[in-house]
Amino acid sequence: MNIGINGDSAIALAWKQIDPDVCAAYPITPQTIIVERFSDFVADGEVDTEFVTTESEHSAMTVCIGSASAGARTVTATASAGMAYMWEMLGIASGMRVPITMAVANRTLSAPLNIHCDHSDVMSTRDTGWVLLFAENVQEAYDNTIMAMRIGEHKDVRLPVMHNLDGFILTHAIERMTTLDTHDVKDFVGKYTIDHSLLDIKNPITHGVMDLQDYFFEHKYQLVEAMENAKGVIEEVFEDFAALSGRKYEMLESYRCDDAEYVTVVIGSTAGTMKEAVDQLREEGHKVGCIKVRVFRPFPIEKFKELLTGRKMVAVMDRHISLGSTGPMFNEVCSSVIDVDDSPDVVNYVYGLGGRDVPVSDLKEVYMNMIEGKCKKVNFLGVRL
Amino acid sequence: MSKMTVKELVPGGMMIEPGSAMKFETGDWRSFRPILEREKCIDCLTCWIFCPDDSILTKDGKMEGFRYTHCKGCGICARNCPKDAIRMEPEGE
Repeated sequence: MNIGINGDSAIALAWKQIDPDVCAAYPITPQTIIVERFSDFVADGEVDTEFVTTESEHSAMTVCIGSASAGARTVTATASAGMAYMWEMLGIASGMRVPITMAVANRTLSAPLNIHCDHSDVMSTRDTGWVLLFAENVQEAYDNTIMAMRIGEHKDVRLPVMHNLDGFILTHAIERMTTLDTHDVKDFVGKYTIDHSLLDIKNPITHGVMDLQDYFFEHKYQLVEAMENAKGVIEEVFEDFAALSGRKYEMLESYRCDDAEYVTVVIGSTAGTMKEAVDQLREEGHKVGCIKVRVFRPFPIEKFKELLTGRKMVAVMDRHISLGSTGPMFNEVCSSVIDVDDSPDVVNYVYGLGGRDVPVSDLKEVYMNMIEGKCKKVNFLGVRL
Repeated sequence: MSKMTVKELVPGGMMIEPGSAMKFETGDWRSFRPILEREKCIDCLTCWIFCPDDSILTKDGKMEGFRYTHCKGCGICARNCPKDAIRMEPEGE
């Protein structure tokens, strides 16, 4: 069915169709609509979910870890400062291998106080052991919500998953979207089962143990393997989802890249704008293309290598700056092509911080700067100097 | 004992064997050792209640001494004994 819906409501709708066992959350702009809509579904008896209204995000994630350890399929949502507040628990969720799924309505981190979109919240959590998925539009925000569960809960992965959508740009904008049949969604996600439940009193277990010099490293290495396994599982889930929905996703989506000499790498809603810039420049005869990153963790390094080798120049678009360094994706893209013979020049564009509008004209300028050799190593798109 | 590898360890650091703390001997952490003065002891088992480990040995409701393989020497038993029947002595003396 085609409907008009905003990104937050689309996620709440996906949750309604999935009917998870537990949702523990605290509202924060621009994620609030997700938990508001979903709490309506709970109050109206449309789902069987236990909705836990916590007093903070730290507590929300703690409840999620407990319930997922007990064997409950668990969801939550947050943004910005809320995620910063639950940061301690993010590593605990992944370390304890509980496949919580969390919607993140990307919003910058203060100060100055700002409620609008950039990726400083999610990018600051990139080392915490969560699988990170991104959406370009409302449809993808909905689809990612459904796929995230299958990825995280897979026996070879068992990791928590964040599915991100750009604050306001996607959370509050109404777009046309195709829904799946509720029965199909339930079939697709299947049943969440775990090997060892915290509530199985016949087989008591201890969760959250201390692990010192002699074992901590081995347990961390298990996460390294789980992330590596996630790559294959993600491909498998994308295949199955394509069979169900007709929408085929890739870890990296390449747009008009076949003969492209100048390529951008972009995450989130800006990918849509970037495609328009590519189309316009192609009209003008320029060999340009773009690569949209759907999966940032695990980082698809082999695919980057494959897609970027032989290009003249690559501009990595970061909606976040690791202060004192560069955009975080820039570093990782550079390292993906460092050992290839025909490695492209790679430059960095930091853009759109604090929700700064990113028009097609600005993105065309990125390509023209590459073509005309005007790029610095690290560039700040549109900032008034 | 050889240490378990990545492949052998339960993911998430879960302990799936109940009571396995018995296998982890914490007695070598101790710098003070509790000594029972049997003649003062009235077998009230206050020490058994307060011991944060499982290091008070009892038999038929009687205080029998300490499980030195696990006692960390915290001294809580000595502090709480109503009859001063437990004294703490430095290890190595």
